Amino acid sequence: MKTKTKLNSFSLKNKPYLDDLKHTWYLWKKSRLTMVGSILILFFLAVALFSPLLMPFDPVTQDLPNKLRPPSWQHLFGTDQFGRDIFSRVIAGSRLALWIILLVSVISGGIGTTIGIIAGYFGGFIDDLLMRITDMFLAFPSLVLAMAFAAMMGPNLTNMIIAISLVYWTTYARLARAEAIKIKNQPYIESIRSVGAGNLRIIFLHVLPMCISPVLVQLTLRMGTIILTAAGLGFLGLGAQPPTPEWGAMVSDGRNFLVDQWWISTFPGFAIILVVLGFNLLGDGIRDMLDPRLRR
Amino acid sequence: MNIWSFLVKRLLLMVIVLFGVSCIVFFIAHVIPADPVGALVGGNAPPEVVDRMRAKLGYDQPIAIQFVRFITGAVRGDFGISIKTNNPVMEDIRNYFPATMELALVAIVISVFLGVVLGVLSAVHRNRLVDHFSRVFSILGVSMPVFWIGLLLILLFYYKLDWLPGGGRLDFFSYPPDRITGMYLLDSLLTGNWEAFKDAFLHILLPAFVLGYNSTASIARITRSSMLEVLKQDYIRTAKSKGLRRRLVIYRHGLRNALIPTVTIIGLVFGGLLEGAVLTETVFSWPGLGRYITAGLLSLDYPAVMGGTLYIAFIYSLANLIVDFLYAILDPRMRT
Repeated sequence: MKTKTKLNSFSLKNKPYLDDLKHTWYLWKKSRLTMVGSILILFFLAVALFSPLLMPFDPVTQDLPNKLRPPSWQHLFGTDQFGRDIFSRVIAGSRLALWIILLVSVISGGIGTTIGIIAGYFGGFIDDLLMRITDMFLAFPSLVLAMAFAAMMGPNLTNMIIAISLVYWTTYARLARAEAIKIKNQPYIESIRSVGAGNLRIIFLHVLPMCISPVLVQLTLRMGTIILTAAGLGFLGLGAQPPTPEWGAMVSDGRNFLVDQWWISTFPGFAIILVVLGFNLLGDGIRDMLDPRLRR
Repeated sequence: MNIWSFLVKRLLLMVIVLFGVSCIVFFIAHVIPADPVGALVGGNAPPEVVDRMRAKLGYDQPIAIQFVRFITGAVRGDFGISIKTNNPVMEDIRNYFPATMELALVAIVISVFLGVVLGVLSAVHRNRLVDHFSRVFSILGVSMPVFWIGLLLILLFYYKLDWLPGGGRLDFFSYPPDRITGMYLLDSLLTGNWEAFKDAFLHILLPAFVLGYNSTASIARITRSSMLEVLKQDYIRTAKSKGLRRRLVIYRHGLRNALIPTVTIIGLVFGGLLEGAVLTETVFSWPGLGRYITAGLLSLDYPAVMGGTLYIAFIYSLANLIVDFLYAILDPRMRT
């Protein structure tokens, strides 16, 4: 009896949120494309998490007697020029892709939010300076800049992740700045300051939590782009180096065998498409769900 | 504020940004450790050869002097001599850039056409099969890696069907048309060289489609949502109630007004095209600026990389400036 009243008071207090959540759930179920996107992403996450269990062969060990085998029951996606099972390599690549997405999101989101909040909160000269720097980074097509960073630091997986992060932080900086400017003019910030709170306290406890949600939404919207950029760098030879099972590099591996052994390049490409498509469909859905004009 | 002072202000801003861009490019090439001279002469070269090469390229100077040299050169359009091709970098850019520009222009025509058609279809048949199909079709375009779809199309249309050429700008044995702009399609039209036009056209089809299809989604998306907005307006209802044909209402009253946001997104799309061009050019052996930069990066050809990257950033900023300017003309509220 007692728990029931507790539950009731809980649901009463949070009714607006719960209704909102229910409405979101309803919108999600209504949009079939968003559902397809979510399923693709869940599938991708599952494969990435359980990849060691799913791989029938070792993704890196060479097996030259079995090289260039077409797809069969033993090798679902065939084997490459070193006899490595492409099915296993594609699965191993999913974990790598997830790793790249997470690291790039954390690093670029971190840099962007920090710079954006500092610029927006302090304003004046600091704001001008930081935003001009942001403009400079935006003046490059992002892939070109990432290529330059990656090549000059020496092409490998770590440097590629750093390079992509160094290019992608600008969007988050602009978002966080806009949000910080909005928040710092609120009356409650003034009252906190009048009680004696310092800048650091205000930034960490009051501005940062408010800036995070738009940045997080933008991060999810751009995850597909991160994979495409990483794959592009890998394809150009400026990203992960062989024998790392990175999807873009794998497509590039198969280039010389395209005519007779089409499967080497084709299957890693399918993996990229499925995951990026998933993120894009989901992102489109999220954008629609957050759009107040379409929401009600 | 009138439109001219807006333009002057934006131009000044662009100069500042470009200065910063040159700093970034210089920083990338010099502060981060990589050894271009070593890559050039090989690891086992005797020290005096390395020293001579270093002196010849100016890498023995203090970094500040190198920087001043780079900036003063860049202002005059002088990026030094490419280590790999031994030509002045600016001359290389002049040769390679028209190819990229031609590819980007044809691609943008394709993506605007596809995007507007799909967007209008989506909006008119909202939430029906046509809508779902065209949304999936355009999202698929932006989800596919350009290099991958490029490879598969080459496999299909060149190796299997043999309908289209597999790469390059012209057939191996044909001569390029007389140079006017450096864009083969335009040059061959201007000189009336039909042979070359046909050849160049067949060569550009696949890469331009791959590149254009890639940017279709954003145009389709904008067109769809602005078309939906417009179709809700009172004047559309009025036009319909006057008894005008549906087609006429959609195209004359609807599409015309819905296209304004589409125009402004073309600038953004152009930036995406420059990016995709790097990969497309690599796959289709298209001798453009993207491929030039990639080759320079892989062989640590610093002058080529710095010059090429700076030039691309310049073009990109210029495109953005033009778009801002257009936007200011179309929408006076933006002039702040």
